[in-house]
Amino acid sequence: MDELVLDAVSQSYGTRQIISSLSFHLARGEIGCLLGPSGCGKTTALRCIAGFEPVQSGSICIAAATVSRPGLTLAAEKRRIGMVFQDYALFPHLTVAGNVGFGLPQRNQPAAKARVDELLGLVGLAQHALKYPHQLSGGQQQRVALARALAPRPRLILMDEPFSNLDVELRERLSIEVRDILKREATTALIVTHDQHEAFALADRVGVMHQGRIQQWDTPYNLYHRPANRFVADFVGQGVMLSGDVLNSRQVRTELGVLDGQIPVDCSSGGCQACPRSCGVDVLLRPDDIVHDDDSPLQAEVENKAFRGAEFLYTLKLPSGQRALSLVPSHHNHAIGEKIGIRLSADHVIAFRRD
Amino acid sequence: MTARWRPDGWRLLSWAVAALVLVPVLVSFSSFTQLDRTTLAHLGEFVLPELLVNTFWLLLGVGLGVSVLGVSLAWLVAMCEFPGRRVLDWALLLPLALPAYVTAFVAIDLLDFSGPLQSWLRNGWGITGLPEVRSRAGVIAVMSLALYPYVYLIAKNAFATQGAMALEAAQSLGLSRPRGFFKVALPMARPWIAAGVMLALMETLADFGTVAVFNYDTFTTAIYKAWYSLFSLPAAAQLASVLIMFVLIAVVIEQRSRAQMRFGAVGRASASRRITLTRQQGWLAFGYAGAVLLLAFVIPVGRLLLWTWHTAARDLDARYWSFTLHSLMLSALGAMLVVAVGLLLAYAGRQRAGTGMVWAQRIATLGYAFPGAVLAVGLFIPVAALDNLLMDAGRAWFGFAGTEVLKGTLLVMLLAYLVRFLAVGFGPIDSGLQRITRNVDEAARSLGCSSAHLLGRVHLPMLRLSLQTAAALTFVDIMKEMPITLMTRPFGWDTLAVRVFEMTSEGEWERAALPSLAIVLTGIIPILLLTWRNGAAHHEGPKHG
Repeated sequence: MDELVLDAVSQSYGTRQIISSLSFHLARGEIGCLLGPSGCGKTTALRCIAGFEPVQSGSICIAAATVSRPGLTLAAEKRRIGMVFQDYALFPHLTVAGNVGFGLPQRNQPAAKARVDELLGLVGLAQHALKYPHQLSGGQQQRVALARALAPRPRLILMDEPFSNLDVELRERLSIEVRDILKREATTALIVTHDQHEAFALADRVGVMHQGRIQQWDTPYNLYHRPANRFVADFVGQGVMLSGDVLNSRQVRTELGVLDGQIPVDCSSGGCQACPRSCGVDVLLRPDDIVHDDDSPLQAEVENKAFRGAEFLYTLKLPSGQRALSLVPSHHNHAIGEKIGIRLSADHVIAFRRD
Repeated sequence: MTARWRPDGWRLLSWAVAALVLVPVLVSFSSFTQLDRTTLAHLGEFVLPELLVNTFWLLLGVGLGVSVLGVSLAWLVAMCEFPGRRVLDWALLLPLALPAYVTAFVAIDLLDFSGPLQSWLRNGWGITGLPEVRSRAGVIAVMSLALYPYVYLIAKNAFATQGAMALEAAQSLGLSRPRGFFKVALPMARPWIAAGVMLALMETLADFGTVAVFNYDTFTTAIYKAWYSLFSLPAAAQLASVLIMFVLIAVVIEQRSRAQMRFGAVGRASASRRITLTRQQGWLAFGYAGAVLLLAFVIPVGRLLLWTWHTAARDLDARYWSFTLHSLMLSALGAMLVVAVGLLLAYAGRQRAGTGMVWAQRIATLGYAFPGAVLAVGLFIPVAALDNLLMDAGRAWFGFAGTEVLKGTLLVMLLAYLVRFLAVGFGPIDSGLQRITRNVDEAARSLGCSSAHLLGRVHLPMLRLSLQTAAALTFVDIMKEMPITLMTRPFGWDTLAVRVFEMTSEGEWERAALPSLAIVLTGIIPILLLTWRNGAAHHEGPKHG
């Protein structure tokens, strides 16, 4: 059953369209993520769902009840949504336990206390219950914010750039932890971030946003391996575009060889020789699609290299002058300017129609 | 932004407070419609020229005095290392607790012809012919010693945040330290210094007690005399309007300096290397700063203590306790009023942000620049007029004359306190409220907290320290306040400050000591609060933006 449904939601400030016709849905217990560069409208979308902004068209439903549509915005405090803010927005005058218990009904003190203890145990802060927020580290504050949002058992948790104030190592560890906590509480959650590593580590489903629209709503695996358009291909992961000619409905010829894949042009002809259209496409090649092979007849010149520890990321110059990226185990240490043998190792590639 | 202006509670409230500030200005200027020719001729011929000359020299002298004292002390404390620096850092603020009128009568007592210094020199050494203390130079010296902390406080901040970096940059470009100070650090700190000097000059224009002790006629004493000796309210109001012109010039300069300060901020205060003075220089610096502190605070307070020792037995009577009680009651009432209105005004700004609201707040907090004498006259006149209207209405509708309803009450006084000290209370509350981010509000709402509960559960607890600061600062300012209390107090409401005025105007210095000491002791509270909070600010938790 769908916990959260957005149906063609639009919002603009003055003449500037912030989000247009945004639609997606999250099943109960699922973790979703809106991923995009800053200014793509993802935070506005989150604020609309939270009830801090009205929507101008479309509708938002939580647990099958409409909470937002033009002319109706259910107050934020009545939505039963938990929110985790970028700056955590903890209450500085309350202890950790006071913060976590803030949203719990005050009538039933023993139950509230039990719930606070349960959550502090869950986020691993039981021994800090009586400290004040400023006495905690950034990562601890973050977990207090999450516990506070989870405490009243909300139907939905919203997190706005939850790890942007933390250093890089902590981010990865904490995002795995947060996913674990959310799954254990069986909470539906929607996260907004510009960091794809965070999105991939946390979410079941990710929506890549650009200019107020969702470009693709899919699993992390599919976003990387089956991007729906150039923006997604470019934004998610590394890679280059290599020009190719369409041979038939499933094959493209590039200077690295003939590849199988989805061809975005309608091709029903028997072959390019007989066809007057001469369709050109760009093929997406990830760094792991090109492997180093000393015996390969295909040669490329090392133009640049970046040491990554276990491997090198080589930028290669192909005979035609086009560039390609290749991940190579780091014991293959080649100098810039050297020619090395390469081979394609892509069983299935993505091609985009050339503009 | 909404296209159409709709009146609502928050906007109405803010503009009502702003209007209250504009009332005395309008009343003062409209007094020119009722020309009292004989009084005006008298004023124009004998009084006004002298007032203008006196005010001019006073502003020039005090301006120079506080600049030199404030900037030099700030530089030494912020940038150099010398014996006693840590203590002097906050001790140099102590003169803020001492109202200038107290320093004034102590100085006259000590330095007068019959005072201890001149007597000693005359009898012991045969030295005579010291300059007269009751002179222009005397007033200027006393006011400079009393008001330099305004410049010191703000210039010290400026030097601490940008001084070291500016100086190091200058040195790296080949300038010597003294040249670096005059060519880089001082010009960079100019907006700060100007703002501090303007605050000191506003206090100078507003001062009543000091010039009254010295018999040095300025606009404030002239307003008092016009009202209580000539019984001419219009004349008092006309004098007030001239004074307002001076004040507005100072306000404009101050506000412009503040605007420049925003662009001038270079970096954060860093614990960078201080200039280490040589041994000799260090003791010289200590001697200079110590001497200022001695003259501006230690000696006057010592003298007060000595006097109190002698007079306490006689003066600690029931009347003294009633003065104290009145002072405490009025200060508490005024502080509560100021904090309440300040909170509402700050809250209005949060609820209805926009250019209109910024202007309403700016005007509403402009009253700090208005001398108490101006406010007393400017608010008494309309309230008296309202009273007469009420009496006429009573006569017409109920057939009996009735008595004055408002005139004999605390109304005028409290309104004047509100206008004069609203900025003092509004400042800390507003900055406290601005530190509560929108996210905190939204976090509370998403946890089921309604807007009505937000104030009680989140905002007030988070604002507690700001509210306390605002209340303490206002309380002490009202305690020290002299002209408003003197001119608008209802019969029987004599306070400590009024007692000081009465005793000093009869030359009974030693009997003014006990009430003065009480005022000074209360005045030390906010200074301790200020230093304590500045110290505490460094230990506050991480701030996220």
